[in-house]
Amino acid sequence: MEYEIVIGLEVHSELSTKSKIYCTCTTEFGGEVNTHCCPICTGMPGVLPVLNEKVVEYAVKAGLATNCTIAEYSKQDRKNYFYPDLPKAYQTSQYDLPICKNGYIDIEVNGETKRIGLTRIHIEEDAGKLMHDEWDTGSLVDYNRCGVPLIEIVSEPDIRSAEEAKVFLENLKAILQYIDVSDCKMQEGSLRADVNLSVRPKGQKEFGTRTEMKNLNSFRGIIRAIEAETKRQIDEIESGGVIVQETRRWDDNKGISYAMRSKEEAHDYRYFPEPDLVPIVLDKEWIEKIRESLPELPEARKKRYVSEYGLPEYDAGILTSSKALSDFFEDAVSKSSNAKAVSNWIMGDLMRLLKEKNMEAEEIPFSGEYLAKMVALIDKGTISGAIAKKVFDKMFNTGKDPEVIVKEEGLEVVSDEGALVAVVTKILENNPQSVADYKSGKEKAFGFLVGQAMKETKGKASPQIINKILKEELDKM
Amino acid sequence: MELHELTAHELGELLKNKKVSAVELTKTVLDRIEKVDSKVGSYITVCEDEALKRAKDVQEKIDKGETKSPLAGIPMALKDNMCTEGIKTTCASKMLNNFVPPYNATVAKKLYDQDTILLGKLNMDEFAMGGSNENSYFKQTKNPWDLERVPGGSSGGSAAAVASNEAIFTLGSDTGGSIRQPASFCGVVGIKPTYGAVSRFGLVAFASSLDQIGPLTKDVTDCALVLNAITGHDPMDSTSINIEYPDYTKALVNDVKGMKIGIPKEYIGEGINPEVKKSILDAIEVLRKLGAECEEFSLPITEYAIPAYYLIACAEASSNLARYDGVKYGYRAEKYTDLLDLYKQTRSEGFGDEVKRRIMLGTYALSSGYYDAYYKKALQVRTLISKGFNEAFSKYDLIVGPTAPTTAFKIGEKANDPLEMYLGDIYTVSVNIAGLPGLVVPCGLDSSNLPVGLQLIGKHFDESTLLRVGYTFEQNTEFHKNKAKI
Amino acid sequence: MKITKETIQHVANLARLNLTEQEKEKLTYEMENIISYVDKLNELDTSGIEPTAHVLPVKNVFREDKTKKSFDREKILANAPSQEDGCFKVPKIVE
Repeated sequence: MEYEIVIGLEVHSELSTKSKIYCTCTTEFGGEVNTHCCPICTGMPGVLPVLNEKVVEYAVKAGLATNCTIAEYSKQDRKNYFYPDLPKAYQTSQYDLPICKNGYIDIEVNGETKRIGLTRIHIEEDAGKLMHDEWDTGSLVDYNRCGVPLIEIVSEPDIRSAEEAKVFLENLKAILQYIDVSDCKMQEGSLRADVNLSVRPKGQKEFGTRTEMKNLNSFRGIIRAIEAETKRQIDEIESGGVIVQETRRWDDNKGISYAMRSKEEAHDYRYFPEPDLVPIVLDKEWIEKIRESLPELPEARKKRYVSEYGLPEYDAGILTSSKALSDFFEDAVSKSSNAKAVSNWIMGDLMRLLKEKNMEAEEIPFSGEYLAKMVALIDKGTISGAIAKKVFDKMFNTGKDPEVIVKEEGLEVVSDEGALVAVVTKILENNPQSVADYKSGKEKAFGFLVGQAMKETKGKASPQIINKILKEELDKM
Repeated sequence: MELHELTAHELGELLKNKKVSAVELTKTVLDRIEKVDSKVGSYITVCEDEALKRAKDVQEKIDKGETKSPLAGIPMALKDNMCTEGIKTTCASKMLNNFVPPYNATVAKKLYDQDTILLGKLNMDEFAMGGSNENSYFKQTKNPWDLERVPGGSSGGSAAAVASNEAIFTLGSDTGGSIRQPASFCGVVGIKPTYGAVSRFGLVAFASSLDQIGPLTKDVTDCALVLNAITGHDPMDSTSINIEYPDYTKALVNDVKGMKIGIPKEYIGEGINPEVKKSILDAIEVLRKLGAECEEFSLPITEYAIPAYYLIACAEASSNLARYDGVKYGYRAEKYTDLLDLYKQTRSEGFGDEVKRRIMLGTYALSSGYYDAYYKKALQVRTLISKGFNEAFSKYDLIVGPTAPTTAFKIGEKANDPLEMYLGDIYTVSVNIAGLPGLVVPCGLDSSNLPVGLQLIGKHFDESTLLRVGYTFEQNTEFHKNKAKI
Repeated sequence: MKITKETIQHVANLARLNLTEQEKEKLTYEMENIISYVDKLNELDTSGIEPTAHVLPVKNVFREDKTKKSFDREKILANAPSQEDGCFKVPKIVE
């Protein structure tokens, strides 16, 4: 039987505020355990929360950038459950009145555009971190991350494949980075996803029973988890079993998921309005101001790259997929008159080098200005295309100005005609057979001679000048 | 008269005029604690050394003219649910038996800023749940008027300490009557300010939307002085209201002429002890003779206030008290098999019966399938109760009635019937539900020589009117001069 | 609403309380009493009545996004019943 996968995602993204959501401790990643803490974020008796205004602003930005309706009235609620990473034994979150509702993100898979609905975006606080101790006698709790602001973005069950899930997450990540509300560093846990997944026979209208997979913090892990869970569910059904609605934990090392015991017991979170925090009431004008302040989003940039610079859709899509890459392109293009060449260098050599070195676009070791300079060197004929590749590699490895590299290594095109006449003369002397071939009408021989001359000058000669001198010298013979 | 018998404003004069030093005064009150607290049991912790050191520092400030506070040098004490940095804060619970907060509650800070002297921390019902101090893990505070009787609760230690002159004034907290009922039982003045007038930051939460801190004092003037010190907006408390707070001593005017006073029929009908009723009606007669216009009216929603109150309070408490799990602070069970067992054993051993009962009730009310029937319903009734008061306040400047249906009862008398204990809160809980201020002043003694307290209920942030009426009543009667003989 | 012993067990579990058989019985009786009293609220028609979570009409209480120095770790851990390597320690967690 053919099955259809139905996926809904719950994405948690840590907001890049300076201080935590309800207290003044820093949100900085890392630091000695339990040093970014105070009585408030460790839930001591008697403490009270006060909401960080930036959290509201960032959540509204995220909502506007994903086509959500912004709630003019929203409130915070307590989600009650016991776990050592949650010092108050409740997470302050939003229940029935989230700050953003009914949005969507368009994704493109296999050349087709598909709209993935967003049910809601709400604000909440992150939990602490549990670790196992050296002697394995117990677990240790660090509250440094506790109280870091999060937005939870909940999608509709509109996703139908691992690929769609991946593209959705990539687009979402790009949007959040563009609007500068989250750095979305998956390795630091600032972007994580829970996957709700069910399968159903193709054509069936009702959803199958879904499972929820937690602890997914890499794109690769998400795809693998989706594939594995899809297979597990289909195998279960095919062998006559039933899917149990449960929370499962994905173990990326082992490549399997297993049912979680601890959080399983009765999902009765006993939500109720947080009495220590007051409602958030946003006026339309303020929301509009935030809307106007939003930067150009990936989709718009992509369209502009196609129309303004004549880039192919595909290239424009890649360039805008990451804010860092797109900003690099913008920087280069703003200082260059050859957008196409800039794009080609990024799409080709830069992407290759990043991949080889396992680096992110954020880590490009030179500025867009340098790439613009290098393109200009080619366009002015100061260096040849072949030399440019060398310069680019050098620039990537050293972060040096391309003009400096060219100068230091003496890579300029040799355009001194006198010197080149000598080179050409020498080549002609050494290759009488080719000269004869040329004279007898074999045009190919000319190309060979040009190549020899270029080789002799180590690629630094201007091919145009070589052509000219070679013709003149051959005519003289 | 002994120094410890005087009011804060009387002592303030003596201190200002160098007739007495802060050290001498503090020593006197510490001696008084030494002498009577073994009988009364107001204190959980007495911080003698810190108090004397502070008294010395404050006296220096007084001598150098560096303090303008009318409360400078006045020895006071706090209910043991207000966090004090470096001083044990137990909530009268085994759960927090050894908890030493690393920070000060805003009220503690404010009183330190006013150069008052902290004598110690006062007994209470565990986590402020109860009306008799029978629910303290540590001890039973006795009523200074009759040591076989309860002082009321949950701020029983706060009321008993003032009544027995073991502190010049104290702070209590009031979630459903916890300042007013013990004030009534112990014959002292107590006020629950408007919700949001006093910061809750550092007050160990029982029911966040109802809790409010307030003073217990020997007279209305002291009440105004302490209110001046502790009210005000606090950016650390999101529910603290940012308005201009008046100078409450300006309200101490001996005049109630033309004031419109409403008396809810339901407060003096069925269920009230006849002697209490008589004292209340006599008090109202006094106000009438002083020129106030008093009339009865109906506040029909009264009978629903207790169920609504217990649902809201217990639901919030079930969440507020979930953090006591043996991980970060406080008690941890000695024996447990795993994390779940650690939680369960710790909480079962650390909490007393009443706390567990309320956690159970609150958890039940919030649990899946019951939220709408209980918690949401209670919040809707809250809307109706507020509406009832708003309508009353469109006709009256204040509402006057009893504080509790009875005077102080015998220790153990109601201990086996939680519901009957809850019904004793009938006249006080509505005030918390609606967030209103409520002042209690002594208005008589029953035939067993036990005090009766008159409750004055005002509009939001209209503490001034309550103080004015309370002050006028006090100036024209002798009831506040009745003292416990201990 | 009838309170059964099973309900009491379920609620106790949610609240992380262990109850002895005796406590369970006592609580079943007491809760039954209290709940049937609380059910009095059903006499009131509250359809269309807005629930009041906050008694005063306060809204939008925010704090500026500014950091202050955190507490010393010793102070944060000072009351911990069990600690190790700067962390709070709990029994080993099996997920």
